[in-house]
Amino acid sequence: MATVTLHDAGTRKKPIDAGTTGLGVAALCVLAFLYTPIATLIVFSFNSNSITRLPLEDFTFDWYTRALGNPDLMTAVWNSVFVGVSAVMICLAIGIPTALALDRHDFPGKTVFRRLVILPITLPGLITGVSMLTFFRSVGVDLSIWTVIIGHGTALTAIVVTNVFARLQRFDRRIEEASADLGARPWQTFRHVTLPNIRSAIIGSSLISFTLSFDEIPVTFFLTGRDNTLPMYIWSVIRRGITPEINAVGTIIVIVSITLILISVFMMHRENDRAGPVRPAR
Amino acid sequence: MKPRTRRLLNFWSLFTGPALWWGTVLLVPYLMMLAISFYTRQFPFHVPDFQFGNYVTLIADSQYFTVLLRSLWIALAVSVTTFCLSYPLAYFLAFKVRSNRLRLFLYTAAIVPLWVSYLLRAYTWKTILGSEGILNSFLMWIGIISEPSTIFLYNQGAMVVTMAYIFTPFMVMPIYASLEKIPRSLIEASKDLGAPRFTTFRKITLPLSMPGVLAGFTFTFGLSIGDFISPILVGGPYSNMIANVVATQFGMAMNWPLGSALGVVLLVIVLGIITASDKLERIGRINLG
Amino acid sequence: MTSILELHHLSKIFRGGVVAVDDLSLDIREGEFLTMLGPSGCGKTTTLRMIGGFEYPDAGSVMLDGRDITNDPPYSRPVNMMFQDFALFPHMTAEENIGYGLKIAGVGKTPTAERVRAMLDMIELPGMGARFPSELSVGQQQRVALARALVNNPRILLLDEPMSALDAKLKESMQVELRHIHDRVGITFVMVTHDQTEAMIMSDRIMVMHAGRIEQIGTPTDLYDHPRTAYVAEFLGASNMIPATIRRDGGDVVACAGSMTVRLDRNTGDSGTRSLFMRPEKIRLVPRESEAGDGSSTFSGTVKELFFSGNMVRIDLDVGAERPVIVHRQLDTELAAAGLPGVGDIVTCAVNPEALKLFDTAEVAAMKAEEAAA
Repeated sequence: MATVTLHDAGTRKKPIDAGTTGLGVAALCVLAFLYTPIATLIVFSFNSNSITRLPLEDFTFDWYTRALGNPDLMTAVWNSVFVGVSAVMICLAIGIPTALALDRHDFPGKTVFRRLVILPITLPGLITGVSMLTFFRSVGVDLSIWTVIIGHGTALTAIVVTNVFARLQRFDRRIEEASADLGARPWQTFRHVTLPNIRSAIIGSSLISFTLSFDEIPVTFFLTGRDNTLPMYIWSVIRRGITPEINAVGTIIVIVSITLILISVFMMHRENDRAGPVRPAR
Repeated sequence: MKPRTRRLLNFWSLFTGPALWWGTVLLVPYLMMLAISFYTRQFPFHVPDFQFGNYVTLIADSQYFTVLLRSLWIALAVSVTTFCLSYPLAYFLAFKVRSNRLRLFLYTAAIVPLWVSYLLRAYTWKTILGSEGILNSFLMWIGIISEPSTIFLYNQGAMVVTMAYIFTPFMVMPIYASLEKIPRSLIEASKDLGAPRFTTFRKITLPLSMPGVLAGFTFTFGLSIGDFISPILVGGPYSNMIANVVATQFGMAMNWPLGSALGVVLLVIVLGIITASDKLERIGRINLG
Repeated sequence: MTSILELHHLSKIFRGGVVAVDDLSLDIREGEFLTMLGPSGCGKTTTLRMIGGFEYPDAGSVMLDGRDITNDPPYSRPVNMMFQDFALFPHMTAEENIGYGLKIAGVGKTPTAERVRAMLDMIELPGMGARFPSELSVGQQQRVALARALVNNPRILLLDEPMSALDAKLKESMQVELRHIHDRVGITFVMVTHDQTEAMIMSDRIMVMHAGRIEQIGTPTDLYDHPRTAYVAEFLGASNMIPATIRRDGGDVVACAGSMTVRLDRNTGDSGTRSLFMRPEKIRLVPRESEAGDGSSTFSGTVKELFFSGNMVRIDLDVGAERPVIVHRQLDTELAAAGLPGVGDIVTCAVNPEALKLFDTAEVAAMKAEEAAA
């Protein structure tokens, strides 16, 4: 009898009780809450109804053609791309050496410096925005697309710093010692050994930084000159009223940013996998 | 060359650029904002000074003080709402989904909206809640109401819903991470000792997930108190937040000293909350051994 | 023999005041296989890393071929290291790993390829060059690491716990192989290990380290048979350390512990209580009440316990001393014919005065306390 009972207990599935069911329903509702607005955006970008309201009318690509044919919008898109790419360059040029210095060196004021560097992603973007505005105005720099680029560079470098730093912390420093031992000077070691092993953290955080720059408002709001970035353009349009053209642009942004983010997540995961098995288990 | 010298040279070749950059575009601007918060406003701009008038105005002038209180209240309401939405989701993912792949998929699904344009996510709520929006037209379509209602949009409720929607992933992430870390054996041990399910949750799971909850509150509180986009889009007339006032002072009102003072207050609030949650978490950690 | 590397009064103090290496001086001879042996924390790895240039001493100097390299960085020293856990470049193939030193040195493509192929042949991994480290077994990874460290023909090869990642079987064959490779390439090898068997199998000379200092340095047999300190005696192989009273008995000096009385070397001028050191395998089992001749003394004891380990048996004898006398006996045909003693039997043993040594009891006690704390 005893064996039968044991056997029974092993194979029988746990009954799903009311509590679990309730929890599952709640979880699904939250997910629905998260996706309904995005779904709305996408659905209405293909709907001929010029006001976003139910019931749906005809299927159309009109809003996409209009959006793509809108010169102001397209200029804003290209401005955003330019800002994003330039900001990422700054993030990398400053972020990688910063992460290396934090990982490899001890210096007075390191703790304070570390906090300072991540302030732009801890504090509301608005604070970074207004303080940089103050700075630029005080030293007599006119606001332009360049001030926006510097602003984004400052606000987003922390992303590169934290990601690259985290990767460096898990990095086996002995392979750098091995490289130096085999005659490589520090920059050779960096190029041949360090860089290839932190590459995906760099690419991943670049993609994230670009996505965030492409979407940035609080800093841009204060630092922008004549040239609109895409979010600033959208902002100026939606403050006036609602147009389905924005839905079309929104849908494109949603698809592009989700793709970029999934790629960057994938990149970071892949590297972790590869770095794993090389070290023999101890 | 001595190793020390070599190391120093190595360090400065690495650090000179970043030090100059961070100093110029981050440290100096923050300090400038701090300095200007003590300046005096004088037409057409302001003059250097060291006085606390701007801070006094923030407290004495009920217009600003109301905004301050409202901001704190809204940020709290948003944090509590996101918590109520996130905890069941995170709990369900961590404990009830048995397939690893499904769990990873659902978790990714829960945080992906984070990366969808912030502006667009706020804007969609305008299209949903507006008088000509989806909610109204839906209710009219199914016949619950006959006239479009204006009660959905342009109020604090709309603002809380919108911000809660935007910041939910920031709450899900840390809570899920902390639930995931709880050793399953602890929960089994509790059940084994005869504790009913809810007791196990209250005595074991909830306390152990507190670090995640704290982190989530810190994120959402800091983010919502610094938001000035959602209030403008969906908030209506009585929903000015600190961030809006700061933006106005630096924009049309051209009162930088007051704007800076408010900025400093905002900074202190956010850093205060981060520090407090850090301390609380540390105390918690000691208690848990 | 000319010395290739000299360490003069080397000291290294880590942050927090931990003295890792304490005024250490050493001459390493051209072409030898020297092993630094000691428990973890004795300073052996730090010494090795100072030779490699990964740490710099706080005092003292490192001279290679008469040139002061104390402060030279690793990349300008003609010394290469095989790292513990190998530290292979994960993003490079075996070939690229091995050829890395040549690439950095600016050697052309064709000679590099030839040299790499020769190295792959030497480590018996021909045709495996295109694999990544993660696609190689641990043993193969180790060979690649060895080839990578040898490819530039270093003046000295440093080996940091080279066997620690291998399982017991592989370890044994690699020890022999590494020894052969040393003999073949004629490069000076300096190895660090905590495994005394490994040290004895592979080395020309062993340097036993303890608390940042050299305890004793010499050939494996020298250290084993003539340990200068109780620490070395205990660290290498098995040993008996039995508190005994030393006194003069006629013309002889004898040590007494319980019912055991053994003759010591005549010129041992000691008296009082000392620790009597005997290697368990230097104690012979002899027929009851016989006289061993050759100057050996005999003593009897009751068999307390027997432990078998394949080809050998360990017999714990109670002689009424503070702790039992341990005897190791080969399980050979002779013993099989005579029959093994059983628990409770009384057996007689013989031991030659040459195999006996005395150490200070206080020194032994301090050492035991340290061991217990570790």
